[in-house]
Formats: sequence, C-alpha cells, structure tokens
Amino acid sequence: MTETAAPHFKQPLLRTPFHERARALSQVDSFVAWAGYTTVDVFTTIEQEYFAIRNATTLYDLTPMVKYRVNGRDAVPYLNRLLTRDIAKLKPDRVAYCVWCNDAGHLIDDGTLFRLGETDYRICTAERQIDWLLDSAIGFEVEIAEVTEQIAALAVQGPTSCAVLKAAGLHGIEKLKPFEIGYFALGADKIMVSRTGFTGDLGYELWMEPGAAETIWDVLMAAGRSRGIRAIGSQALNIARIEAGFLLPNFDFVSAEHTIRTGRDRSPLEMGLAWLVDFNKGHFTGRRALLAERERGARRQLVGLDVAGNKPAHNALIYTDSGGKREIGSVTSATWSPTCKSNIALAIVDAPHFQIGSTVWADIYLNRELVWERRMSRARVVERPFFAPDRRRATPPAEF
Amino acid sequence: MQHPQDLDAIIVGAGHNGLVAGCYLARAGLKVLVLERQPYIGGAAVSRRLYKDFTYSNCSYVCSLLRPEIMRTLELPKYGLQIIPYEGGCTMMQGGGHLAMYDNHDALRREISRHSKRDAEAYERYSRDVMRQCKFIKPLLMREPPDPTSFKPRDIKELLYLGKRFHGMGEERMYDTLRFWTMSAADFLDEYFESEIVKAHFAGTSIIGTALGPRSPGSAYVLLHHYMGDIDDTVGAWGFARGGMGAVTSALGASFQASGGTIRSGAPVAEILVRNGRASGVALADGEEIHAKLVISNMDVRRTFLDTMDAKELPDEFLRQVRNFKIRGSSGKLNIALDGLPQFPAIPQGSPCTRGDMHVTDTIEMMERAYDDWKDGRWSRAPYIDMLIPSQIDPTMVPDGKHYMSVFVQYCPYELADGAWTAAKRQAFGDTVINTIAQHSPNFKDLILHAEIRTPWDIENEVGLTEGNIFQGELTMDQLLFNRPIPGFAQYRSPVRGVYMCGSSTHPGGGVMGAPGANAARAVLRDLGRSP
Amino acid sequence: MAASAQYDCVVIGAGHNGLVCAATLAHAGRSVLVLETSAHVGGAALTREFAPGFRVSAGAHLLHLMPAALLRELKLESHGLEWAARGMPTTALLPDGPPLLVAGEHAEPGRALAPDPAAAAGQAMSAADAAALSSYTAQMRRFAAALVPMFSKVPPRLGTTDWSDRLALLRLGWQVRKLGRRDMRELLRIVGMNVYDLLEEHFDSAALKGALGLDAVLGANFGPRSPGTVLTLLYRLAAESAAGASGLSQPKGGMGAFCDALARAATAGGAVIRTGTPVAGILVEADRAVGVTLESGEHIRAQNVISNADPKTTFLKLLGPRHLDTGFVRRVDHIRTRGLAGKLHLALNRAPPFRDVSAASLRGRLLLSPSLQHIEHAYNHSKYGEFSASPVMEITVPSVNDPTLAPAGQHVLSAVVQYAPYALKEGWQSGRQRFVDTALDTLERVAPGLRNCVLGVELLTPLDIEREFHINGGHWHHADLAFDQFLMVRPVPGAAQYRTPVPGLFLCGAGCHPGGGVMGVAGRNAANEVLTQGLKSP
Repeated sequence: MTETAAPHFKQPLLRTPFHERARALSQVDSFVAWAGYTTVDVFTTIEQEYFAIRNATTLYDLTPMVKYRVNGRDAVPYLNRLLTRDIAKLKPDRVAYCVWCNDAGHLIDDGTLFRLGETDYRICTAERQIDWLLDSAIGFEVEIAEVTEQIAALAVQGPTSCAVLKAAGLHGIEKLKPFEIGYFALGADKIMVSRTGFTGDLGYELWMEPGAAETIWDVLMAAGRSRGIRAIGSQALNIARIEAGFLLPNFDFVSAEHTIRTGRDRSPLEMGLAWLVDFNKGHFTGRRALLAERERGARRQLVGLDVAGNKPAHNALIYTDSGGKREIGSVTSATWSPTCKSNIALAIVDAPHFQIGSTVWADIYLNRELVWERRMSRARVVERPFFAPDRRRATPPAEF
Repeated sequence: MQHPQDLDAIIVGAGHNGLVAGCYLARAGLKVLVLERQPYIGGAAVSRRLYKDFTYSNCSYVCSLLRPEIMRTLELPKYGLQIIPYEGGCTMMQGGGHLAMYDNHDALRREISRHSKRDAEAYERYSRDVMRQCKFIKPLLMREPPDPTSFKPRDIKELLYLGKRFHGMGEERMYDTLRFWTMSAADFLDEYFESEIVKAHFAGTSIIGTALGPRSPGSAYVLLHHYMGDIDDTVGAWGFARGGMGAVTSALGASFQASGGTIRSGAPVAEILVRNGRASGVALADGEEIHAKLVISNMDVRRTFLDTMDAKELPDEFLRQVRNFKIRGSSGKLNIALDGLPQFPAIPQGSPCTRGDMHVTDTIEMMERAYDDWKDGRWSRAPYIDMLIPSQIDPTMVPDGKHYMSVFVQYCPYELADGAWTAAKRQAFGDTVINTIAQHSPNFKDLILHAEIRTPWDIENEVGLTEGNIFQGELTMDQLLFNRPIPGFAQYRSPVRGVYMCGSSTHPGGGVMGAPGANAARAVLRDLGRSP
Repeated sequence: MAASAQYDCVVIGAGHNGLVCAATLAHAGRSVLVLETSAHVGGAALTREFAPGFRVSAGAHLLHLMPAALLRELKLESHGLEWAARGMPTTALLPDGPPLLVAGEHAEPGRALAPDPAAAAGQAMSAADAAALSSYTAQMRRFAAALVPMFSKVPPRLGTTDWSDRLALLRLGWQVRKLGRRDMRELLRIVGMNVYDLLEEHFDSAALKGALGLDAVLGANFGPRSPGTVLTLLYRLAAESAAGASGLSQPKGGMGAFCDALARAATAGGAVIRTGTPVAGILVEADRAVGVTLESGEHIRAQNVISNADPKTTFLKLLGPRHLDTGFVRRVDHIRTRGLAGKLHLALNRAPPFRDVSAASLRGRLLLSPSLQHIEHAYNHSKYGEFSASPVMEITVPSVNDPTLAPAGQHVLSAVVQYAPYALKEGWQSGRQRFVDTALDTLERVAPGLRNCVLGVELLTPLDIEREFHINGGHWHHADLAFDQFLMVRPVPGAAQYRTPVPGLFLCGAGCHPGGGVMGVAGRNAANEVLTQGLKSP
C-alpha cells in the first residue's frame, strides 16, 4: 500500500493504492474523506463522469470500503444471526446484498456479503464496525478480521465494462452472472471479480492485492481507451446510485449504532428493505422487534419521489398539502436524473402517504443569484428504482 | 460606597457563581453589592502573577463547562472573555509509549488503533453513549431540581418534566441512564474498551476533584460531569480562557459593574445577620455592618451556615445535614514557571497532543492505588496529574520563550494521617509531583524557575473553599440533584428567609459552569415576584 | 435419543430458589420436573463432609433472609425442618480487646442490631454510641420495612405504556413517600451513600462501626467506602425484616437439611426431582423454549423452562447466543459475576478458643472486622487481584448448636472470609495455602491456640464455588448486588421480570431481583410470573 511516511497526526487520511493514478487524472483537485481514506469527489466535471457510467466504462476506487473476513466453523450460523437474510441459501462464489440490525430491529448498516468458500466469507460495508461484529461473535466459533488494507478494490461500471475487461485480458468475463464471483489472471496478477456495483448498470468490482493496483489500473485504462473509459469520483456515482434507488448510509439512514437522539433510527421495513428480512430462517438480531413492527404496521417508509420541476429537492421537508400545513417527512437524497430526465428523490414519508401513486409536496429552497426562493413542488410517490436498464442483468452482456 | 438603605442584595464572595448571580440580579434592576474577602476578585477562577511576568491560573485552569447561554446573556465576550479550544491531549506510559487524543476523527481512530483496533471503533459507541447522556442532562443544568417530597405544583411540574425527558429517551436508554448514573467509571469503561491505556486515559476525568476512585460506584457520573461543557457546539471540548481563568471573573466583574453592581474586595464577611427570622445584612470582620434584605452566599454550605451564621437562627436538623454534607479535600495544584518547553520523549516530534491535557497514569490500577493512599491520609505516591502548558496557545501569559505549566494533582488529602501540613510536607508533596513529571521529561527539572505548590489546606485558606474541594461538595449520588446540598433545600433557598446559596455546593455542582449562580438568581427573582 | 416426556414446567437446578419455585408451581397444580446436576439438592446450600466425621454447610451457614410467610406457606417444619438455633446473637471479635456484643439473643426483627444489656458480657459501648445505635437501628428498620414490599414484586419495566408497570412504579414511590417527608428525604439521601460515611455520621466506636459495616459488604464487591454499600445493607435489613422474628437461625443438620425439607415440600406437591441429571441445553423451537436436552442426550419437553442457573450460564451456555440479540448478549456478557467471598471450614479437636467469648456468643455469629478502615484495607487488595492480607470474617461454630455436625466433643468452624477474589493474580493453585495461612493467622489473633486445634481445613474460593456449584464467577448473589445491577436492571434489562427474550424461558435464580442469600424470593416471584405469564398444558 502506498502510504506516505507522514504520521497520522499530520496526515490523518490514508491513501489508497490508486492514489497516485487518481491524483494524476484529477483536474479540479477535489478530494473528500471516505472511511479514513482520501478519495476523489470529482475528477473533471460531474456530468462527463456521470454519462460515462451510463454510456461507456468508468473506474471508481472502492478501496475504502471496509472489508471483514469472516471465517470458521460457525460462519454460517454467525452470519445468519447477524444478518436479516438467509445466508444458508448463498452458494459459494456468490454475493448477496444484506443489512443488519440492532436488538430494536433498527438498521446498523448495509453491505455486500461474499461467499468465498465453504466457511469463508467477506463483508464489505461503508463503515467500520468490528465492535458490533465481535460482540455478535460471542458464543460462535468464528474469526473476524478487518482486511480493508490488504485488498485494493476498483469498480468497473458502465455498458462497455464487460468489453473493456475482455479487452484487458479477462477471458470468460462475459459468462459471469449478476452477483457471481470469478477469478481471473491479468498479466502476472490474480484478481477476484464480482459482478456487483452501486450504479444499477452493467458493471463489475475488481478485488486485488494492493501491489497490483497500479498495473491493473493502467491495463484497464489502456484497454478502455477506445471505449470511452474514465475515472469517476463520488459525486457522479451518487447520481447513478439514486437513479438505481440504492441507499447510502448517513444520508438515507443513520446507523443505529451512531444515533444520539431518540427516534432517529430506521428499520429495514421502513427503508423498503422488507425483502431482505427472512423471518422464517430462525433467530437473528432484531427479529423479535421486527416481527412486532410488522404486526403494528409501518409508521413511515422510504419512497421514491418524482418531483415536479427541475430543481433537486435537497433536504426538502415533505407536506401533505401545498400550503405546508402538515409535515409528513423529508427528502434524504435528491438529484436531477440526466438519464430519466426527471427530478427524482428518496424520502422518508409517514403513513399512509407512502403508497405508490400518492401525491405529496416538497418544500424546495432555491438560491437564484443569491436570492433564496421557496418552491412548493408537487411530488408523486413512484416505484424504485428510477432507472433499471436490462443490460445490467444480461449475460452475456452485449458486445461493444 | 453604597448606602445601606439603597441595597437590595449582598452577595458574599466574588467567585464566578457569586458574580454570575450578581450580574443577573443587577440586570433585573436590583442594587447589588458583592463582598470579597481577598483584595482581588475571582475566587477559584483567578489569574495571578506570583513570579515575575508569569501569569498563573492559580486554581481552576481550563474552561469548558461555563454555560454558553450565560456568556451570551451577560455579554462576557464584550468584556474581554475569549475561550480558545485546546488541541488534544495525551497519556504517557510507564514504558515510554503514549496514547494521544486528536481533534481529527481519523487521526484519533488511527491513534487508538495503535493500542487496540477494536477500541478505536468502540470509541464511537462510547462517545455516542456519553453524548446521549449529555443530551439528557444538559437541560437539567439550568433548572431548579424538584423536591420529590413536595406536592407544590412547581415541584410536581418539574418532576413531570424530568420524568418526561427521561421517558422520552426510550426504554433501552432509560436503563442505560439508570446504570450510568450509578456505576463506577472502571466498570463503565470495561463495557467499551479492552486496552488498559485507553481505559486509563478516559477514566481520568472520573476522579478529578473527587474523593472517589475509578472503581467507586458513582464515578461514571463524575466522568460525565466533565463532558457536559461545550465550546462552540463541540460537546465535551475544553479550552483556555485567554489571559488565564481570571479572565472569566474579570469579564463577569466588568459586566456586573456595567449593570450597576458594586464590588468591594478586601472585605471579609464575618457573619450573615438575621433579624426576626430573616436576613438583614452582613457584618464584616472589622465590625462594619451592611444591611440588605437579601444575602446570597457564594461560599460553600458548611462555611455559610456553620461558620458565618448564628446556629440559633437555623434548625438543628438543617445544621446536622450541613455537617453531614461531604466536602472533601482531595486535590492539589502546582503552578510552575518554566524557562522553556519541556521535552517529552514519549511524544513523537510534531504531535500537537502536548498542546492539551497531559497525563502519566496509564492504568486504572495506578489511579485506584493513588486513591488508596488518599483514603489512608497520604498524598498519592504516584499521583494522577492533569498537566497543561497553556502558554503554548495563549500568548498573553508569559514572556516570549518561557512557559507556564499548570499541574492539577489527584489525590492530596486535607488532613494528613501523620499530623498537620507543614512547609516541609508541602515541599515533599510538590517534589513527589515534580519527580513524577520528571520521569517523563528529562529536562523538566532544569527548566523550573518557580513553582507554587498548593495543598487542599492552602486552597481552603486562600480561596475559602472548605477542605479546598473544587466542587464545594462531593459529586456523589447522595449529593446530586434534589439532594444537593441538603435534601429539602436544593432550590437555592435556606431555612432563613432572604438567605440564599449560589455556590457550587448547589445544583448542578462545580466546575466553572456558572449554572448555580444563574439558577440562584432566578430563584431570588421569582421570590421577589419578578420575572427573571 | 430417549423418548421425551412432557411437563408444564422444567426447572433447571435444585438450588433453594429452584426448589421454592418448583414447590410453588407444584402446589399450584403444575406438573414440575426439577433437574439437578449434582447428586444432591440444594446447590451451594448443602451440608457435606469436609473432613472425616465433620460436616458443614458449604455455602451460606445462617438462615435469616427467607420471608416468614414463605416458610409458613411451604410448611417446611412439617417437611422435616428443625432448628438447631434461632435468634442467634452477633458478637464482634476484636484483636486488641474484649469482644463487643452487637446484637443479643432473641433479637426482634429489625432490632437485630440493638444491644442486649443483659448479655453485655463483652466490651462496654459508650452511652452516646448506645443511644445512637438505638435511633440508628430504629431508622434503618423503618427504611428496611418500606423496602420490603418491593422484594415480593416483579420489578416494573421503564418506559412502557403498560399500566401495570406504571402502577408498580407509583407504588414503589408511594411506599417511600409513606415514610413521611423527613424519613423520605433521609432515605433518598443515604440510599446512594457509602456505609462508611453513614456510620461515621452516627457512631464513634471503631469496633461498633466495623461490626455494623461488615454486613454491608459481605458477599459484595465493595469496601465500606464504596457508594452503594448503604443499599446493600438496606437490602439485607429489608430481607431480615421480612424474615420476621426469628432472626439469625441455624437449621438442624445444616443448610442441606433445610434444602431437603424444601425438596420434600416440592415433591409433596407432586414435583419430580432428578438429581445427577445435568442439563446440556435449552431446546428452542419456533422461537420458543420447549424443553431441555440432557447431557445424556435425552430430550425433555415442557411448556415452560425455568432456570435456577446464573444468567451467564443460562443465556450463554444453556440457551446460547444464537437465540438472542447481540445487544442483549453484550449486556449479559457485561454482568459482573466475579465473587470475592471465600468459605473457610475448620475441623477442630475442641471448641475454638476465642478470647473472652461467652458461651452464649459462641452459639451465635462472630464478626471479625475490627474497624471500617480494616475492612477497607482488606478490600483494597481485592481490587488488584490479591487476597486480603488481613481478611474480615463472619464466623459461626455450628457444632455448638448442632452436635451432629462433628464427632463428640469436637467442633466445626465455618467462616465467610473476605476478600478472596475469583481472579487471583497469582492463581489459586499457589494462593490457596497462603490464603489459608493468612486466615488462620488472623483467627489466631482472636483465638490464641486455634492453630493447634485444627484437624482439617477446607477453603472454598470463588473458583471452587464456580466449579463445584456451577455458578459463573462463584458469586453467592450470582451477580454483584449494586445499583447498576438492581431492580429493573437485574440481571439485565430485558430479563428483569423473570421472563427472558425467548418466550417460555424464565429465570428464578439469585441473579434476578431481589438477589441472593438463602431468601427464596426470586424463586417465589419467578413461579408467580410463570403462573400468570407462562403457557399451561393444553
């Protein structure tokens, strides 16, 4: 790992193995902190980077994703007690999107679970939580270790991503199905590839030794030159993930392990993730509370909104009426969708207004040449995802 | 000089709480006189020059708890008060290692990770839980604690308010609160951390100023008490008052005088006068009598009621309770003028952590053993120290290139098992502290230009705090909220009409917080039928 | 796998609480099976031979906490319970002077602390202390009485909208309010205090304070200066107050005989007790406890499973974390369960030669805790994983009242010896003999020549108690009795009402409210909870 010699009190943020490559391509010097690393927010312009996701191929440095190795005789029962999904159903070399909850059935985090072997798993998540993972391991024969620094990761996403990887020498990549894991040789390096991503588009995630990172970056850049490859930052990715209807911790919900105020926690049922909760698999943390919640019925729900006008409803409060008399929720994520040509948002809305087709009002503040204007915009509760092209699932993907 | 008939209220003691109370009363239009025994004001929040051009924060030395609403209302910034947050802190270890605290979240995580990766992440849960408790307690600081035995509408209303806030936390957190308020700091920290050094570092604030050890139940609350302050919305942050802690009281004094208040220093009060069962004024040591219908004492309860009032005027039961109020001397203080910045080899070059609070106690056991010494009437052979060099941040305190070090010492008894304090014993106590520091700083002793050594006995004699206790009374379960200072008299009033208490003996207790003074003023104004 | 039987209730563990619970359930008409690992009932409350011909109560050696009403209801005397002694006096032994009689024979309940002038053979108390003792005793008795009703109730949950919880809280408040304003204030003040300060407020005599203070720390992870020790003292006084007039008592045949009577009370009601039958785990189906698996592999099905085992053993070992939420397990893991009380048994060739101790005093309880500072110093060591250099003791010579315990003319000395921390830094392997020597040296100071009378010695450290009686940490309360492990947070939130997160599984041991000592209230309360909340046979 290319870490500079500067001590942490002078340079608190770590650098990923792709840092030098990213810095070389960064035109606007826009970096942000992510899970203890410095990463690129924008390379050139958000628009160019966004359209590369939907039109060509993009590279996104995923290294800061926190990775835990879970290994041992009790790995399956451990994970089944930790996560709300039935892990026993996950076959080797497959990946599953998962969430986990505290005792109250409130979300601690979401992430992806990789089954690497019979009793060998990897959890990738946005935030560190060894404390919770280890306390969950009391009474289980399982070893848990953070391996974030041992694994460099790169997301290769976009309609031409398969073609780029093939051109780079990943033979047979086109056979990899969604949520499947494959191993490939790239020059002298062995890499693990999963057909996963955060864009809702065709795409892959590459997992490699940190020492191989720069070589692989270079190979991919060369292979993708004719297919419009570009490095992207978090801003462009964020637009794509909202279109895909994916949740972002700390934006769409705050981990129940971090909330200070009472009532700020969110359950998977409220976040529209009931499909991830398997009540029939046996006990898991939060099960009893979630059962009770299911009995009571949801008090609020995360929904997709199609908002009138073209001004993103950032941080907007949601009302039942255009007069703004009865507040029923707030927007958690919002963007103009350049692909759907619509003004989309994710919002938490109280019962019963979260039904698909309901009309609500978003209170949007606009800064127009330093004059703030307030606009009450009609919004419709719509299905998520907002954008889900067939190519994301097609196997083999189309040739480009 | 004030004419007696003009006076509405006399405040005994120009400590920060007396001045805060004075400011609020003067702003409400009362004619207020503050009397101070010493020739200077400030009580335990003073900046003094005892050696050349060096300014010492003699007693209290850092600021965090001072309520921002008080600073704002009393316009203290306008009168010169500036609070500057300090950077981090550290605990140096016996073997030469260290644990630093850094403001930057990622730097701190990586720092704690050096000792335990798990603890670095458990720290998030720890901060969360401490913040949850602070959120619950903070609104209670500026309120009168209700009397649970009373059926008065106001008490019932306040009890309900308390109950509602408590209930509002939700079931799980209510249990956490119940436990947090009653458990020991060591047990509390054990529920989060595995590394000794991490636990020892955080346990420090659980013993500062108290006659408890980190294993004493109730010490977790003391730990929390020190988190209750904030600087510019950074909860738990601590800082320096520019110009030393005297800047707090001099701003208060200026604000008070600007509101029409009068201060007389060098005017020790010998007795609070009572006529026909109500306050009539005070008698000074030289015999002068000053009359007013309200006398508000900034002194601790024992000094107020046992030393400054006629026992005949007070109910026996009340006096018994006053005698039973625990005020224990457990802390000492060294103020040291330095010829330069001491070296601390354990701290890496360039680390800003020496610009905060530094410690050398690296295990809970060491801290607890320091407490065992105190229980037996000895100063700790290996004391816990809270050491700062404010002159690194505050340029006003010392000549260029020199430094001022403030060393708070826990534990040091008020009464020694082997007899009274003497000059020789004081020096031996100081040497113990200096040697403790020198173990971690090879050039420290050579840099010492002057050292002021203060035992609890000295602090009592100079500042007037009984036993030199910095909180004017232990912060134990039996002396908090409606029990502070005396059950049934937790609302700043005394058995004698017109005599009030406004010192740290009252809720919510000590530290340079100002809340007791503000709350007392509110109680006085309510009794006068004025809206505060 | 053997065929499974079906019961209304299976009780895991035949400790005294398990037996009280089983007896109560059986008398209410439930079919009850009690499963006990050991070959005998009683758990740590048993009488066993420790030296040839010498028998002793291995755990608690005095009975003084079980409510009189409970004893009556269980009709223990008709089930064979006989008393070797009742209303036993308490005498403080002092290394440098004659002993001090702290409480006389046939002391009244709550007045247990009052001096008995008639029996004042020992050291004289100053008039001021004698007067203070009577007012202090009266006040503590009032406080204790106010707390009694709290014991027999299920602790309310906080923050629920359930009216029964709210009413229970109000009742608790009302009980305290009923004391009157002055007493209420005093109770609210002292309840959070340490016993050191409390006694300093009342008394001068170091010996008296030492003796009165010991009761606050016996079995506790505290020294007298630890805040919360007034609570532990009030806890004991409240239990004694409920126990009624008989005061300190010694069952004939030791505590084992008492538990045998309890067992007979249970079987008389139809309960079945199987000893020598270790339980391996609790069976859970569809998120409900449905029985137990024995170590033999046998499955026993039941509508309700009630565990007399300590909470850590119950949740982490018998049930297993996989049936529980992580946060709950985290709380269970944090329960402080490490015992600090050792038990010393001496086989003596004659009556112990306690200096100046009257024959009447020898029939009672002897305290060796000459001052509060002495106790505090003894406690200091335990904080650092050392045993006390000069331990404090609660001593009885049960063979004086019950000659069946020792060969004719010979005697048994039984002492609770503190502090002997579970996790001794040097390890009990080497520490054991050193601690025995320390204890004997300490005794020698008040009983010169004792060493020469010793025929046999047994020391039970908390580690031994853990191993022999399967109590995690070897703690006689199963979990420290302290504010943060009290009432609705005992043993942990979510299991403080005898119910557990797993429907059908209940707790009935000392780890529950109100705690340990041979009191039986936890067992009784748990049984009531099973009767109202548990499932019945179809």
